[in-house]
Amino acid sequence: MQHLSVFPTEFLPCTLLMIEFILNNKPIRLFEKSGMTLLDFIRENNRLKGTKIGCREGDCGACTVLVGTLEKEEVTYQSITSCISPLGNANGKHIVTIEGINLEKKLNVAQQVMADNFATQCGFCTPGFVVSMTGFALKMVENTNTNTCTEAISGNICRCTGYKSIEKATNDLEAKLATIQQSKQLAELIREGFIPDYFSSIPEKLKKINFRAWLNRTEGNFVANGTDLYVRQADALSEGNVNLVGEITILKGIAIEENRCKLGASTTVTEIAENESLQKIFPKLKAYLKLVSSEQIRNMGTLGGNFVNASPIGDMSIFFLALNSTLHILGETEREIPFQEFHQDYKKYDLQKEEILTAISFEIPDKDTKFNFEKVSKRTHLDIASVNSAAKITVKENTITVANISIGGVAAIPKFLVKTNAYLKGKTINIATVKEAEKVLQSEIAPISDVRGTNIYKRLLARQLFFAHFVTLYPEQIDLPSLTN
Amino acid sequence: MKNIDSYTHLRGESLFVDDIITRQDTLYGLVFDSPKAHGKISSINYAIAEALEGVIKIFTYKDILGKNQIGGIIPDEPLWAEEEVHFWGQPIAFIVAETEAIAKKARALIEIEIEELPIITTAREAKEKGSFINAPRSFRLGNANEALKKCKHIFEGNTFSNGQEHLYLETQGAYAVPMENGNIKITSSTQGPTSVQKMVAQVLGVSMHKIEIDVIRLGGGFGGKEDQATPWAVMAAVAVQQLKKPVKYILNRHDDLRMTGKRHPYDSTYKIGLDEHLKIIAYEVEFLQNSGAAADLSPAIAERTLFHATNSYYIPNVSSIVHSCKTNLPPNTAFRGFGGPQGMFVIESAIARAADALKIDKKIIQEANLLVENDTFSYGQIATKVEMKNTWNTAKKQFNLEKIESETAKFNAANTNYKKGISLMPITFGISFTNTPMNHARALIHIYQDGSVGVSTGAVEMGQSVNTKMLQVASQTLGISPNKVKLETTNTTRVANTSPSAASATADLNGKAVLKACKALIERLKVIAANLLNANIEHIVFKEDVVFATKEDVAISWEEVIAAAMLKRVALTENAHYATPTIHFDKTKEKGHPFAYHVYGTAITQVTVDCMRGTYEIDAVKIVHDFGKSMNLGIDIGQVEGALAQGIGWMTIEEIAYGKDGRLLSNALSTYKVPDVFSAAKKVEIIPLETQGNEMAILKSKAVGEPPLMYGIGAYFAIQHAIKVFNPKHKLQFHAPYTPEKVLLSLYK
Repeated sequence: MQHLSVFPTEFLPCTLLMIEFILNNKPIRLFEKSGMTLLDFIRENNRLKGTKIGCREGDCGACTVLVGTLEKEEVTYQSITSCISPLGNANGKHIVTIEGINLEKKLNVAQQVMADNFATQCGFCTPGFVVSMTGFALKMVENTNTNTCTEAISGNICRCTGYKSIEKATNDLEAKLATIQQSKQLAELIREGFIPDYFSSIPEKLKKINFRAWLNRTEGNFVANGTDLYVRQADALSEGNVNLVGEITILKGIAIEENRCKLGASTTVTEIAENESLQKIFPKLKAYLKLVSSEQIRNMGTLGGNFVNASPIGDMSIFFLALNSTLHILGETEREIPFQEFHQDYKKYDLQKEEILTAISFEIPDKDTKFNFEKVSKRTHLDIASVNSAAKITVKENTITVANISIGGVAAIPKFLVKTNAYLKGKTINIATVKEAEKVLQSEIAPISDVRGTNIYKRLLARQLFFAHFVTLYPEQIDLPSLTN
Repeated sequence: MKNIDSYTHLRGESLFVDDIITRQDTLYGLVFDSPKAHGKISSINYAIAEALEGVIKIFTYKDILGKNQIGGIIPDEPLWAEEEVHFWGQPIAFIVAETEAIAKKARALIEIEIEELPIITTAREAKEKGSFINAPRSFRLGNANEALKKCKHIFEGNTFSNGQEHLYLETQGAYAVPMENGNIKITSSTQGPTSVQKMVAQVLGVSMHKIEIDVIRLGGGFGGKEDQATPWAVMAAVAVQQLKKPVKYILNRHDDLRMTGKRHPYDSTYKIGLDEHLKIIAYEVEFLQNSGAAADLSPAIAERTLFHATNSYYIPNVSSIVHSCKTNLPPNTAFRGFGGPQGMFVIESAIARAADALKIDKKIIQEANLLVENDTFSYGQIATKVEMKNTWNTAKKQFNLEKIESETAKFNAANTNYKKGISLMPITFGISFTNTPMNHARALIHIYQDGSVGVSTGAVEMGQSVNTKMLQVASQTLGISPNKVKLETTNTTRVANTSPSAASATADLNGKAVLKACKALIERLKVIAANLLNANIEHIVFKEDVVFATKEDVAISWEEVIAAAMLKRVALTENAHYATPTIHFDKTKEKGHPFAYHVYGTAITQVTVDCMRGTYEIDAVKIVHDFGKSMNLGIDIGQVEGALAQGIGWMTIEEIAYGKDGRLLSNALSTYKVPDVFSAAKKVEIIPLETQGNEMAILKSKAVGEPPLMYGIGAYFAIQHAIKVFNPKHKLQFHAPYTPEKVLLSLYK
């Protein structure tokens, strides 16, 4: 990652408001407002009605489209929910709707396996599922896709089928992909009927778009990829231009230098989940992040967005709080602050109007240090936590030398458990220590009753998740029955 | 045969209301609704909003030329509030603007003052205050009061089951277009085209024939579009009547969630008495239905709760009563099961309570009381062709219940942090509209001169694949290949005076009408064919696009027969009417034979509870279901799986929450969670019970829409079982849904 010593030229004013991209097989050049949602552009301006409106908050997946990004010679595809995606972010991309994956006279493979398994009933959610599944097949081209096709539809809600038929279809799709496992080239996917043949021409077409020159970044609110802002204020944002920071190179990237890891503020959750270095640092990383939203939203949601959203229950805030992270902020000058000091009060945080969050960094845990992330929500996936918690604990010769435990949903801010952590430091790791520490924990949280749960529940859940860290990380010393009896 | 819409569904080419390419002069509507749950409107100022550029007009009750009334069963629901508002989200006005965005801005500019009145949000509070929709209904069999005195074991208690949001993926909506002479054509996402037509005519003050309702398909209905698709279409029509321009209104999700009713929450009290052999001798139950602020379909739903209050059990002495309680919530409405699930939850809870107190397995009591041939239901119908025990015993045997139980016990002995639970859930569900006069349907069939066929019925396609079944009936009866048959949209000008697509009965009623029409056409065509083939009319067979004379061994193509019929001036169109025979019900006595037949089944549910976190997974649901002779098993199994997931959702994670002020708190998809792919049961196995089917069902293939939803109730009791294993001190509670919150609190209390 670049060193951020000067104000990047990419922030400099730019008067052109043109957006240029490819929608299915059609080049688009326009002067639309960059804040308009991609969904409205697709359905209203282009009258492509296969992309459906289900909720306009990224929670149903009926509006799923694929976004293709040119990386070197190849285009890599990701699924997103177009309802909360600003049109400006389509700049320089290949946007694929259901119409863009239809073959001329027959069903493509994803469609065929759905039909074979009776996996479409009312048909309203169906295009979204097909797009997600086709996106899964396209991701195989990169050869990096270790997810299952079921995970690819984690952001698609169906109210008719009960999913069993859809699961059979995703299994069949995986089986069909396995038969062409040898070299999952784009050409092969085209030949086997996963996608139409125009996909092969897309890399060349994208190369011709010098999109950086056109991108408008100077007007309106800062928006990364919109997963939070467009849920809350889509109407207002749609009216004008937005200051898009999701694609700025210097805000992206994951770098490891010596014992520190630094992540750009516009790094997406997917980029974190798929990063091999981070997977080595956190062996259960993928399992943790599977609890964060859905594939479509993880493909868009950024670290910086999660931090400045400042929800007391933000998953990434809780995760990085426990890592004792440092925030890197750029304004007139560059400054660094401990992440624990960033959130000040409910939705209040230490960032001036002229400043932008650029990165977060943390010390890579050593061999004596263990990390765990817990989250409980009403629905396990694609839901906001009732309580979430992360722990980084260092134990040397049975003594806790450092405990960094964070917890969400029990205070006005994502809570770093200062007193509990202090209590744990220097104690022997055993049942009595954990039980006593839990009392300290209860003294420094103040949950309120809301739609995510009553305060009584949140206190009990806070206890259980606190216990869960120790039961999970130190099963030889700590067991649940001893803690709760 | 696959769903005939598969190809276009999968390609995103199927049309829903919002996908119709609109006329260029189309205007957009948006409701302004009450920001308070109950009160007198002291002032409203529309002036600023109406002055906004692009706003055409804001309609209120004063603009109505007919009646400001859309109540279906009871006329107690205005289209737009006049002096008072009775629920948060009650429509007050309708903004029509050049774009939806302008309408939204205008809505924010309307100023309203409401003098607040006391509000009621729960059924119990309504009952205490005497706030009811109508008089209570009560079914009686034997003498429960007397019988209870003689019972060895008596248990009583309370139960609660919460509401449920339909969450059809396609929100409510309509597109109304002016035609000539003041006629209006409306494309509506409704399960009840005739109700929409009737209400539009009533509110506009015009005759029904001036209003045409067309339904292409619905992106899910589940009962939520039976009655509550109507107001939006009516509002658009009022605007069209005055503005003479097309008006489109598609509700955004938040408005849809806030303004529409849901499955009824029920607060119930029961008393159950058993003899020494665990036979249930007596059952007394009082249901308090939270009906919301207007009747909607609540009285009919309350009635079905009584029909299913004893689920699959024979109980000789029953006394049941239901009160439709008027509260300040949006009027609650039809939802798959229509009050039946709420009734079944109470009897299952009563049995669970009894089993817990007697320290025996719940299934022993269930099994001892299962319905058998010639048992009497509390409403007087005698049970015939009963398959209850057959499904129960088949499930136990085919799924090896003993092994499931022993493996569960073994797992529970070996694990401290996770516990498994099991339950059995029998279902018995009556098929027919319980309001006998509604059990009819019609089909209009055209054979075009090239031999292709168009079929119109009153059935609305909403994912249940009723059109596929109609096509099967037509194609089989006419002996022609499916690609020769097209299912038309559901349109009130082609098929009039229809009952809504509801009560699981759509395929039966409309299918029987299609069958009748096709048979009549075949009879006419046989004469033509016999003539052409010079054969005996008795020997003519229509099969696979060919017309045979079996004995004479001669054949001719379907097309040739049709061409000949044209020349002979034979009618190639047939309209048939079907009304379910034998059913009747006397509401003054609350006795009769309301159902054409019953559907039976048994589900075994297995769950694992994470006792550290209070979360759970549904490991498996294993079902033996009575499909009769399924005419399309792929589609019918899809109905079972979908209904099951909805039932499990209702019992587990779907939690409706209203504030004390009557405001919906679970008002978005971020706060109301329906099952996703990961929360579905990991494994669903369905064995179709082998039976002879039922003549009253279409092609002996029994109705399948609603009954399997109630298998989902099994999830509640399986979770409860696992909790009890972890925490033997736990005092059972019957308060659905079993959210992770309630589970965790139960594990540690």
